[in-house]
Amino acid sequence: MLSGTLTLLGLAVGLASVLLLGDRMLASRENTAVERVERILPRIHCGQCGYDGCRPYAQALVAGTASINLCPPGGEETIRQLAELLGAEPLALAAERGRASMERVAHIDEDACIGCNLCARACPVDAIIGIPQMLHTIIASACTGCERCLAPCPVDCIVMRPRHA
Amino acid sequence: MVFPLNPAPHAKPVTAVPIVMRRVLYALLPAFAVYCWNFGPGIAVNLMVALPAALLGEALMLRARARDLRHGLTDGSAIVTAVLIVFALPPLAPWWLTALAVVVAVVIGKQLFGGLGANVFNPAMVGYVTVLLSFPAEMTQWLPPGGHAELGLVGHLAYAFGGRLPEGMSVDAVTQATALDVVKQELANMRTIEEIRVGPMFGDLGSRGWQWINVSIAAGGLLLLHWRIIRWHIPVAVLAGLLIPAALLHLIDTSRYLSPVFHLFSGATLLGAFFIATDPVSAAATSKGRLIYGAGIGALTYGIRTWGGYPDGLAFAVLLMNASVPILDRYTQPRIYGR
Amino acid sequence: MPERVKIHRKFTGGLPLRPYKALSTGAAASRLTIPKRLCISMQQQSGAPAMACVTPGERVERGQLIGVPTATLGAAVHASACGRVHALEQRPVPTGSRLVVADCVVIDTDPEPGPASAPGADHWPGDRAGRLAAIRRAGIVGLGGAAFPTADKLGCDRACETLILNGAECEPYISCDDMLMRETPDSILAGAAIMLEIACASRCIVAIERDKIRALETMADAVRRFADERFTMVAIPTIYPAGGERQLVEMLLGLEVPSGGHPIDIGVVCQNVGTAHALANFVASGQPLLSRIVTVTGRGVEAPQNVHAPIGALIGDLLAHCGGLNERASRLILGGNMMGYSLPTADIPITKSTNCVVALTAEDVRDDTTEWPCIRCGECAAACPARLLPQELLRAATGRRFERLTALGLVDCIECGCCDVVCPSHILLTARFRAAKIELAEHRAHARLADAADERYLRRKDRQLREADAARHEQDELKARLAGDEASRRAALSAAVERARGRKRSPDEPE
Repeated sequence: MLSGTLTLLGLAVGLASVLLLGDRMLASRENTAVERVERILPRIHCGQCGYDGCRPYAQALVAGTASINLCPPGGEETIRQLAELLGAEPLALAAERGRASMERVAHIDEDACIGCNLCARACPVDAIIGIPQMLHTIIASACTGCERCLAPCPVDCIVMRPRHA
Repeated sequence: MVFPLNPAPHAKPVTAVPIVMRRVLYALLPAFAVYCWNFGPGIAVNLMVALPAALLGEALMLRARARDLRHGLTDGSAIVTAVLIVFALPPLAPWWLTALAVVVAVVIGKQLFGGLGANVFNPAMVGYVTVLLSFPAEMTQWLPPGGHAELGLVGHLAYAFGGRLPEGMSVDAVTQATALDVVKQELANMRTIEEIRVGPMFGDLGSRGWQWINVSIAAGGLLLLHWRIIRWHIPVAVLAGLLIPAALLHLIDTSRYLSPVFHLFSGATLLGAFFIATDPVSAAATSKGRLIYGAGIGALTYGIRTWGGYPDGLAFAVLLMNASVPILDRYTQPRIYGR
Repeated sequence: MPERVKIHRKFTGGLPLRPYKALSTGAAASRLTIPKRLCISMQQQSGAPAMACVTPGERVERGQLIGVPTATLGAAVHASACGRVHALEQRPVPTGSRLVVADCVVIDTDPEPGPASAPGADHWPGDRAGRLAAIRRAGIVGLGGAAFPTADKLGCDRACETLILNGAECEPYISCDDMLMRETPDSILAGAAIMLEIACASRCIVAIERDKIRALETMADAVRRFADERFTMVAIPTIYPAGGERQLVEMLLGLEVPSGGHPIDIGVVCQNVGTAHALANFVASGQPLLSRIVTVTGRGVEAPQNVHAPIGALIGDLLAHCGGLNERASRLILGGNMMGYSLPTADIPITKSTNCVVALTAEDVRDDTTEWPCIRCGECAAACPARLLPQELLRAATGRRFERLTALGLVDCIECGCCDVVCPSHILLTARFRAAKIELAEHRAHARLADAADERYLRRKDRQLREADAARHEQDELKARLAGDEASRRAALSAAVERARGRKRSPDEPE
């Protein structure tokens, strides 16, 4: 009986060591949970989810304090991938969040722009160029369609247009 | 004139899943006939239980999963599973044993994983191992070749469904262990292979009766190869994995280790190499992976037969290698053209 | 007999398919009379479409320029017959892989065909650059199906060793190259010789499938008469898709075209025999590319045959020329039955890339309605000429796992259709992979946008931090300065107070 116990004990210790070693040596080069979640998100930092950027939203998702259906630019696909990754139930997109989409870019009506510079300050990726009191314009290739510039404009001169006309 | 739009390619596919399944059954017909010739109608009686059980189990699960019944029942895979299990079970089996094995195979081994194409483990082996572990006594009720004469079709039916044998017969008297089982026991009793081999139940190639069944299974396997239902990688690898260690050890000590020829024609070697391990769903998908997968099955079978607790370890070997398939597939992918 | 050049290795995968070529090779190729109306598409080649340079109502002569290439990758488009421009309209036109909507010049042709225009004074200059420009002006593009502008292929500045003349024509039903090789072998070789010179290649391998006995004979004869030691002919095995350029390169030279690259990357140029013939024709007569040979075949056509047709003729015109469709025709395909695509009507004009039209009956085509789940049999991987794992690609595509799709080599899929044909579960693999390619491209575009946005976002955050820092620094300095001012003011004040006190204390004390 002693030999049996010792054998099993030895096996257990041996196998456990193999597993631990394997865990260390063959450590997955996958990113942390937050990074993995963030990679699913569109990463355009539109803020329509209510968080300031995609990273804070990702952090909230991992912590379980945010719902998975708050991202308009990500749309259904992002909700589906988040549901799969986080083991949550897929939900319909929260429509009240907004309609930001990567398929659209902002466009400033040059006749109406008063050069107040508020839109440039709001853009999270610095895609608006312009000197205060001078005409402002959108760099279409840098614009992500996040719509953050729409609200600050006092003369409502910014519209969203399809990216590929 | 307006034509319907269909995606390319427009050429007809060369085969279909029901055709593949049907051909597997055709390839098993010779073995079935030789089996009945050697061991009587037991296998046919078991089949009469297994087929409805398989179809019923499959139908209930398809209904539960809200899938189309007609499409799911006509692909033939449940029937193939039932037939393979019936080949693995002893001919003298109570109806509930057969039914349980088949239902576990179809429901747990296949449908719960997601149905056709989604099972990780070989369904027939899942069913077989379940009853082997749960009802070890019933699973050793093998008949001697020709020793079924007193037990006709009626006797088999009576036993299968009623549990009664004709007057004057008892289960112990009628049944016997398989050749591999006998070899294992006698080796433990310190007899040598040469001494064991001259016993009455041993023929030239393997055990009497079984050797011819296995020969016809091999013929069926070659037919499958000819029809391109299977490719050579898995059968060759299984046989190599089993026979190479067998040959080596037999050369070293003929008194303690069975010859490779005996291994080849006994037990489930050939059935496993051609019909069980080649189940495409649970086997590795790449050529290299299949070679490793087959060799693993062969080697594990040899190991369990020689040093393990069971006389024939093929079922466990298959299940163990099924578990290794994802990692095999991942690391044996072929180089893509141009990379 | 054809010389036996060693085939280095068979390419992996592929399938021996029923050829169905005898349907259309029974008789010599016929000539389509110029139809009343021609619709010549401006999208005649891969790359940007040409720009129409004629207006409705204008009269055009046969061979007149009607479309100017707009990009560096381009070839001119000409009127295939004389007549009057009826309209410029947008219509669906066929390209190598699908229908697209493009501008078309619609010409009402003259009832009498005009004379062939005489070649210009020097339509074939002596220098390489001049010749390339001439080829572009002549509108010559690859006639094997992809319609790559020939001048761009031959004019590449990379080093070129070998010209492969592709007479394989491996896809079932198509037989136009076969007929061309039987009828005008000398012209094909003459064209190949011109290509050799322009591409600065040192040898030409003519590849023809083994079962094209007549074509092998005529071409072997022509090669012998041509007596140019740079030419060798090879009979390749009749396996689909042996005629794919990647597979030809593997078989004939034992080399692999790098993934995402072109044969020129390893010093090889592949040209179709039809392109060689068109080039030879241009050099000899000065006439630009105005017509091509098209196979009209299938059991849904009354009289299947090969037809020399002007560019811009409608498929309906060709079908009518071949006896029309019979009542069994249930599917109209442009191309062969493996890579060809379904057409909704016959009211579609042919372009330079149109090599074959097949009308199939219901018995000839696959039934797309039944599909079983994948049983992991692995036949698809065995048949794949690109050495991919279609089974795994299907899994990744269904799960929309884009990184995995990239790693599995989805972009290397040549969409040959071999996997579909061998799949016992009748899964529409090729269609799924085509859809997955589009999704992958979209995903990558989004990923690039997101990466750029990420970087700009971080830089902006940096900038804001720096600005905040700078602002704070300024604040501190100001405070310090003010504090310093305060201290010095105080010191000055106390010094003044001191002085005042001093004076007050001892007005009569001596200083």
